[in-house]
Amino acid sequence: MDIPYTVKPRPDIGLYNAKLGIWLFLASEVMLFGGLFSAYVLLRVGAAPGEWPHGWLNVWLGTLNTLILALSAITTLLAWVSCKVGQFGKFKFFHACTLLLALTFLCVKMYEYHDKWIHYEIKLNDGRFADGHFESAVYVDKATNQELEEHSFRGNAFSEVAGGVTNNYELASVTIEGRIVTDEKDLDDLRTQKNIEHKEVKIDRAQIKSMQNYGPWHNTFLAIYFTLTGLHALHILGGSIVIGYLWGPGSKMWKTDPERFTNRIEVSGLFWHFVDLVWIFLFPVLYLT
Amino acid sequence: MENLVQQFPPFREAAHAPGDHGHHEHHEPAFWSKYIFSTDHKTIGIQYGLTALCFMLFGFGLMILMRWQIAHPGIPVPLIGPLLEKVLGQVAAKGVISPELYNSFGAMHGTIMVFLGIVPLAFAAFGNYVVPLMIGAPDMTFPRVNMASYYAYFTGGLVMLVSFFIPGGAAQAGWTSYSPLATTIPTHGQLFWIIGMVFLISSSLLGAVNFIATIIQLRAPGMTWMRLPWFVWAQFVTAFILLLAFPPLEAAAVMQLMDNVAHTSFFLPTGLAVGGQLANVSGGGSPLLWQHLFWFLGHPEVYVLILPAMGIVCEVIANNTRKPIWGYKSLVYAVLAIGFLSFIVWAHHMYLTGMGTKISTFFQATTMIISIPSVIILTCFFMSLWGGSIRFNTPMLFALAFLPMFGIGGLTGLPLGFNVSDVHLHDTYYIIAHFHYVVAPGTIFALFAGVYFWYPKMTGRMMNEFWGRVHFWGSLVFMNVVFMPMFVQGMAGMLRRMSDGGANYSAAVNSRAGADVIGGLSSNIMSLHTGILWGAMCLGLAQIPFIINIFWSIKHGEKVKNDNPWEATTLDWQTPTPPPHGNFEHEMRVYRGPYEYSVPGHATDFTPQNEPPEPLSAPKISTAH
Amino acid sequence: MSESHPVEHLVDFKSYFRRCVYVFIAVVCTTSLMIYASFLPNYGWTAKVAMILAIACINAFVVAGFLMHLLSEKKAIYTTLAFTVFFFAGLMGLTLWAMHDFPTGTQMH
Repeated sequence: MDIPYTVKPRPDIGLYNAKLGIWLFLASEVMLFGGLFSAYVLLRVGAAPGEWPHGWLNVWLGTLNTLILALSAITTLLAWVSCKVGQFGKFKFFHACTLLLALTFLCVKMYEYHDKWIHYEIKLNDGRFADGHFESAVYVDKATNQELEEHSFRGNAFSEVAGGVTNNYELASVTIEGRIVTDEKDLDDLRTQKNIEHKEVKIDRAQIKSMQNYGPWHNTFLAIYFTLTGLHALHILGGSIVIGYLWGPGSKMWKTDPERFTNRIEVSGLFWHFVDLVWIFLFPVLYLT
Repeated sequence: MENLVQQFPPFREAAHAPGDHGHHEHHEPAFWSKYIFSTDHKTIGIQYGLTALCFMLFGFGLMILMRWQIAHPGIPVPLIGPLLEKVLGQVAAKGVISPELYNSFGAMHGTIMVFLGIVPLAFAAFGNYVVPLMIGAPDMTFPRVNMASYYAYFTGGLVMLVSFFIPGGAAQAGWTSYSPLATTIPTHGQLFWIIGMVFLISSSLLGAVNFIATIIQLRAPGMTWMRLPWFVWAQFVTAFILLLAFPPLEAAAVMQLMDNVAHTSFFLPTGLAVGGQLANVSGGGSPLLWQHLFWFLGHPEVYVLILPAMGIVCEVIANNTRKPIWGYKSLVYAVLAIGFLSFIVWAHHMYLTGMGTKISTFFQATTMIISIPSVIILTCFFMSLWGGSIRFNTPMLFALAFLPMFGIGGLTGLPLGFNVSDVHLHDTYYIIAHFHYVVAPGTIFALFAGVYFWYPKMTGRMMNEFWGRVHFWGSLVFMNVVFMPMFVQGMAGMLRRMSDGGANYSAAVNSRAGADVIGGLSSNIMSLHTGILWGAMCLGLAQIPFIINIFWSIKHGEKVKNDNPWEATTLDWQTPTPPPHGNFEHEMRVYRGPYEYSVPGHATDFTPQNEPPEPLSAPKISTAH
Repeated sequence: MSESHPVEHLVDFKSYFRRCVYVFIAVVCTTSLMIYASFLPNYGWTAKVAMILAIACINAFVVAGFLMHLLSEKKAIYTTLAFTVFFFAGLMGLTLWAMHDFPTGTQMH
């Protein structure tokens, strides 16, 4: 006996199996992201007043990503419509658009993550704070006094082997493009501060008390930001793999069982729309509030 | 709204296209596809069952070691001590269970029994095997997803087992993995625990989707919702609970993983000090947040543990009383109510976290309300016994014992549901006794009943009845020997998770006239430990006949005389033995409800669901005056 | 799904495409509204958050309703989602309440 209702819907329920299955899965995903959103709300409401950052994320990049994802949701729907009307060529076109838009979204996200990665907050020994994007660092080889300028941060010290000789380098100074503030709280709310002046600031090793980049460890806002958007990005990646598979090797099914293939496009499209829905809430919550 | 979205006409019924996976009159699959990478729900069910039983045995072993340490703190474990030292190293130096090792045994005993033992056995094993058969389906809706969910479970279990052997050993922060302890323990056991949990949660989610879709979509013609065996209803609600309650724990596990690995502070408060020093983290997190997210799953989880068991008890009782279950409709509404309410009672696990009166009253109220459908279910089962022709075979013995055992467990939960009494009882042995009574001898007895009951369908042979009774009486007596004294210990104030069994507290007893110092544990209370240890060991011995029985009966058990040795009405007994791939030779059609036993006028005392109704004959006109 | 017709009529791709354009325009509008609302100077934080989330809900409704066909979906889906939303609200709301209800005389931090 075959498993019934894989393609045609069950009359009293009105659904075929995979469609019910994907909606059930999406319900569990609502709870998954819901759990993270709850964590966001609780952490934010529980934070001491004035200690939650505002305006740390680039609204325009976020808007771009919102529009990219919305467009991809539409192209994925049109891909399904093309299947329904039997136009395989159109399906290939719209599906490819969806995939390209998804990859563009990921590229923009990577750019945003990188921006945070190279953004440092440096506690100075005199109690002030330097804050800005990493430009360069000068390392000195204690043995030879040779200076080395690096454009990525390599820690307080590192060893390098060159021509059979091991050189040990130590940090001498760090140059950032940013500013120095006296109160750490000034770094929190960027929304209300207008025309922040950014200039090149060079800081000697001797002045540095501690240095930390804007990774998830930096504060709870960044922690929940990276976790929420990271999990979302993983879903985009997973969805892209499925879309890519259905565009490529999976599209062979069009020749043998077009209705079942169309259902697959519908089901993967539903997942994709859900990923878009999550972003519709992520964007205002993280970027705008 | 219909005209805003263009409607497409549904596809015409397509004939089987060539290359469709439909045609099954083909080759016998190879060994690997048939037994290891099977997509057949019956094989997957057996895989789940055997794996889960192995894990349960392992978890039982951990418990015996813990009970030894509690009864004889600091004394090397006899026989096994040197082996422990060899395998685990420093933490078991000289064969003594150190406090760290005790803590990891405790954490892993709970995790293994709940997530690797009971849930896979009750929900996945019995559900996978029986549900498609009971609804007249050829398999689950998504067979390959089914296989994936088994292997996710297997991988998660492997990760959990491997964690014992990494430096530092397994997780030590309890099965509840509370932050900040879970993040500040310097070993990696907790990390493995989180990763294992992610696999297990994913496995359950995939399984839940499969079960719900199967029960909704693949019911045979005539199998309406109110004709479903109650076991299927129980599995349906269980699947929904898993689907919606597990993801927040997955979210929390991801966050705790980030805390452990990426040094975030989701659950670490500002000003956290570890070992006397300020922790080098950003702070700003909330340990309570972990507890809320954990218990949001944790409470529905206990209903996941009990509902499939109740389902099994229902089937066994109906079958062995030869009469319909009393109150089928009440049972259905009760299980739906339990499923719904289970999501809004969780903070009764958190009464001692400094909650205010309003919120704790809310949770107390919902907790009291949820006891009502549970009582309704138990009442229906008790009422079903009245006037029945009870057959006292092994499955029935276990099902009958389930009733009072679960009753004790459930009733002892009431003082825990009230926040006032829970203040005294929280984190004591009373809690341990309460939840063990509901799960073991509650759920586990029902699962034993299920094994004895469905074994003939799986193998074509009956399990040995004599050794089944030995297993039953041994388990019943010694379960009570082990857990009943714990109520007394808990009420006397003995706290849980103490690696010396409370020996430190017992030193605070005022020996004058045996009067107890508040907080001290008298020697009467402490002496119960020895009895519990002996009880646990005898309980273990009582399982040996069961284990042997399972394997011995495959070849030497009494062969069944027909496909329906228990003379049951449900569709799972109307298949060949064992059911072939595809289960039913032709499509099933259902004509009546699931418990049509002793129908007046019927030739036999049971009427299978798929038996066609008798053709209407001329009404019998009575000629008596 | 509507009932099957004896004659399968040709589905109008063009009109479907037009509807998609409307949906995209709607998304662009709501997104712009949200951004505008977030920069308004005269409102308190709570009011802004409420406004922004309300607009986000409209956006979500458009995507879910039209692109996911939720408006013409079956009861089984509706019911599942309704329960999901209820439990999510419970998770968020009850946890928030629990973390802000303290015994008299105590407080957080």
